[in-house]
Amino acid sequence: MKIELKDVEYVANLARLELSEPEKEEQLEKLNRILDYMEILAKVDTKDTAPLAHVLPIHNVLRKDEVHQTLETEKTLQNAPEESQGMFRVPKIV
Amino acid sequence: MNYFEYKMHEIIDLLEKKEVSAKEVTASIYQRIEDKDPDVQAYLTLNKDKALQKAMEIDEKRAKNEAVGKLAGIPMALKDNMSTMDLLTTCSSEMLYNYLPPYDATVVKKLNDADAVLLGKLNMDEFAMGSSTETSAFKKTRNPFNLDYVPGGSSGGSAAAVAADEAFFTLGSDTGGSIRQPAAYCGVVGMKPTYGAISRYGLIAFASSLDQIGPFTKDVTDCALVMNAITGHDGNDSTSANVEYPDYTKALVNDVKGLRIGIPKEYFGEGVSQGVRDNINDAIKKLEELGAEVGECSMPNTDYAMPAYYIIATAECSSNLSRYDGVRYGLRSEENSLMEMFCKTRNKGFGSEVKSRIMLGTYALSAGYYDAYYLKALKVRNLVKKDFDQAFKQFDLLLTPTAPGTSFKFGEISDPISMYLLDVCTIPVNLAGLPGMSIPYGTSEGMPVGLQLIGKPFDESTLLRVAYTLEKNTDKTILKAGFKGGAE
Repeated sequence: MKIELKDVEYVANLARLELSEPEKEEQLEKLNRILDYMEILAKVDTKDTAPLAHVLPIHNVLRKDEVHQTLETEKTLQNAPEESQGMFRVPKIV
Repeated sequence: MNYFEYKMHEIIDLLEKKEVSAKEVTASIYQRIEDKDPDVQAYLTLNKDKALQKAMEIDEKRAKNEAVGKLAGIPMALKDNMSTMDLLTTCSSEMLYNYLPPYDATVVKKLNDADAVLLGKLNMDEFAMGSSTETSAFKKTRNPFNLDYVPGGSSGGSAAAVAADEAFFTLGSDTGGSIRQPAAYCGVVGMKPTYGAISRYGLIAFASSLDQIGPFTKDVTDCALVMNAITGHDGNDSTSANVEYPDYTKALVNDVKGLRIGIPKEYFGEGVSQGVRDNINDAIKKLEELGAEVGECSMPNTDYAMPAYYIIATAECSSNLSRYDGVRYGLRSEENSLMEMFCKTRNKGFGSEVKSRIMLGTYALSAGYYDAYYLKALKVRNLVKKDFDQAFKQFDLLLTPTAPGTSFKFGEISDPISMYLLDVCTIPVNLAGLPGMSIPYGTSEGMPVGLQLIGKPFDESTLLRVAYTLEKNTDKTILKAGFKGGAE
């Protein structure tokens, strides 16, 4: 199953990537090469197999409801491209 | 004195006997870095002032006979995806070109508590996505055995630094082979422990159900010593395993009598080079001579592991890397609207391979394709794990090549599938969450061959025991880099 340029544009938008035209072509070719190889999985019979998301037998890890030290605001903001009044500043949304 | 040539455990002895100071050892390594790193290009960032300061503090403590940590005064370095507070941590990506973590990763804290000395941060494939370290946005790390060859990846800087004696040990991370494959290519020891054995807190995520931190060392004894320092349960990582962790040095026993070693025939397919095959067969013969019981087994789903892995790993990466949007850290493209800022920041910040993987993962998780790709891959993952469960009913551990071939020249592999196939022997181990270890075993046309040992969950000790026994009984496991090639 081949994907087309419009599929690349659709997925790029979902992934919030603004690809240039040559990049779209490059990704189209590469993705089709990879997806082609993935076809091999169709051969595997998984009718009676459960999906395995995680190998460890760990479920619902909870911690005690105790107060811990968290990062100070200043430390949290030290990498902010732009900040204002102790908050991350971003372009206008509405 | 050329302290850089020593193994870590030898330096620990010299330091304990006060025959050398931590400052002298650290200065010797920085001299080595100055001499060799212009060729090897393993380091991205050096931490020289703080490292020498720390070394002097340890010397003072020793002089006053105060207690010091188990790795006191040992200079080491970290892959640049481990958060080091206020020390540049870039993941070799333009996206994080200026990122100063506000906290230390758990492994960094543990090494600091052990009084190890942090030399600096090491080059890698961008966000650990690659098998040759060629996808780094900043530099090409070269293989110390031959500078015209890649060091492997994604932890290429970590492997090359140890091979070039530019650190006594380093840490890397392994999602599909990123410790074991570069360890094999650079002729050093690399361990990917059981999933959950080492905290991932502060490790910048690629694929969370597969990522695991582990050491690169010059020999097996050093591997056990570093493992002792970095394993353990951590409440800050909800996937950290709360089990008893052994003293790994107890596994350093020169004896494999009666151990049952399985050889899965699917790992010796036609893609495996003759040079690799000959060396691995030699190791098998050696282990039989030493009293191990060796037998063949079959793991029929091995061929499906790589495609399943690339769906699972890219799906997880597409989710994990959604955090890079120009809001809180790293690169921001200044735009008038929020949406434009997201899209342009991400397109400028990520390199081509990272974009491909985000695209593939997003596609595999998107409406209409989830069942065909992602769910299918999770089911295949279960089949791969069941193959291992079956094999471990019969054997104590498995032995395979670490990679089908040895290192290759820069730019030699451009087809994505050919690049992904370099990790066919290592990927199944991550899917099943098992411990895997690569040790050097001979060379092929001058380049190191890697031998992989795969164990039951949390049974790193058996791997160390077999590796140690091989080390004691052959001269093929300690290789010396010759810095060939590199002519302009």
